[in-house]
Amino acid sequence: MLDRHDILEKRGLLLTVAILVVVSIGGIIEIAPLFYLESTIERVQGVRPYSPLELAGRNVYVREGCYTCHSQMIRPLRDEVERYGHYSLAAESMYDHPFQWGSKRTGPDLARVGGKYSDAWHVEHMIDPRALVPESVMPPYKFLASSIIDPDDAPEWLKANRAVGVPYTDEMIENAAADLKTQHDPFAADFDNFVARYPKAHVRDFDGNPGAITEMDALISYLQVLGTMVDFSVYEPEENYR
Amino acid sequence: MAGKEIDAPTGIETTGHSWDGIKELNNPLPRWWLTVFYISIVWSFAYWIFMPSWPGISGHLKGTRNHSERANVERAVADLESMRADQMKRLLTVGSVSEIESDPDLQLFALTAGKSIFGDNCATCHGAGGQGNVGYPNLADDDWLWGGTLSDIQTTIHYGIRSDHPEARINQMMGYGETGALSGDQISDVVEHVMTISGRDADAAAAARGAEVFAVQCVSCHGPDGKGMKALGAPNLTDGIWLYGGERQDIQKSLYFGRSGVMPAWTGRLSEEQMTALAVYVHSLGGGE
Repeated sequence: MLDRHDILEKRGLLLTVAILVVVSIGGIIEIAPLFYLESTIERVQGVRPYSPLELAGRNVYVREGCYTCHSQMIRPLRDEVERYGHYSLAAESMYDHPFQWGSKRTGPDLARVGGKYSDAWHVEHMIDPRALVPESVMPPYKFLASSIIDPDDAPEWLKANRAVGVPYTDEMIENAAADLKTQHDPFAADFDNFVARYPKAHVRDFDGNPGAITEMDALISYLQVLGTMVDFSVYEPEENYR
Repeated sequence: MAGKEIDAPTGIETTGHSWDGIKELNNPLPRWWLTVFYISIVWSFAYWIFMPSWPGISGHLKGTRNHSERANVERAVADLESMRADQMKRLLTVGSVSEIESDPDLQLFALTAGKSIFGDNCATCHGAGGQGNVGYPNLADDDWLWGGTLSDIQTTIHYGIRSDHPEARINQMMGYGETGALSGDQISDVVEHVMTISGRDADAAAAARGAEVFAVQCVSCHGPDGKGMKALGAPNLTDGIWLYGGERQDIQKSLYFGRSGVMPAWTGRLSEEQMTALAVYVHSLGGGE
């Protein structure tokens, strides 16, 4: 038997098929169960798709590569939980395509940064990080404040996310451009419908410039919602011990 | 394979394979490497028995040790909490600074815990030593916007300032220029008046006109003498301590656009005990009342 390996080794196509068979056994056993096992697809209350403005902010976050220095993953370790709060749940990034867990912390973890600092702090910190945190090595992102967002692009972002599985409804896509403006203006006519579509969304002018919807608005609206969707006072971790 | 073939130039046995007349030397993997490899295979069987491993149809093999990362971290946090429990419980019942000072152990505990909580959560705005920044009050001096007693500090930490908490401390320094409540000239006059009451050189005539405007628009919060009111969080304008800068143009800007800094509420993010420890620490920074 061992002497016959040249049967495989001398036939390229057969070898390819055999490799595929062997690799897929490992793949099926390791990967397939993640899609159906209850314990790996834990559902939690409160996680919703991002609002158009938050999604725009997420796009900025991805574009600027924030994940290279900031993780969004509080690991189930005592010291992390002490510092950052409840460990991250898989479901909290279920609508992130691609996820922003990151693997390096030059800056702090941002998984629960929502609500931790004021909007004004975020604005000043983006403009000049060292004005507030002298030892910071973060680059300035001043240009975000003058980078205007076109609300008419919003439906396309939602459609792109729906194509990869985020449950945006037709209603959400239809109203995307209006919702983007509504979240920037607490006195907008459609406020109630917006909040019904995106519960717990913060509605205000985030960057202190009510005249324009900027990437700074978008990014801060995204940061302020990070980690705030799940109510951990009613979350039961025992249900999904692993 | 019939017999072993030794490659003449190197003296090493060949595998017997031949491709276009090229033969492969049989250099086996080092013995130690193979041993480790076989041991790790055996080890994997042991691992399957003790630790969670194979996935199945409705769940995974749990292993005899019932290992769970989530249970582990919960246990680790519970251990930590039980280590702190006595001191934390006492912290909850103290009402005054003198009560804490009379118990050096408890005081040391509160200061140590408070310092680390401050570093994680507060230093980003108020600075590593609580020295503050433009727009973020200095906590190490004895000038307090909303009061500097232990309970005042606790209230501020609990509910924040202009946060989204329903019990947040709220006041409004409106934008007198932006809203058109005062004309540009009037604002300039008030600036001169504020320069005067804070003991600096100013245009006396303008200051006198500004004083009249001040007496109508500003006294309800800042008081007739401009010394402020802690109950309203209105700053003292006479003491040379300025949250948003004390130069003419800073005061002008404050008057024109208003100021509404936000401090988040920490209820929910921090526990009651942590907030008490934090208040004790902040109180100790320099000027607690």
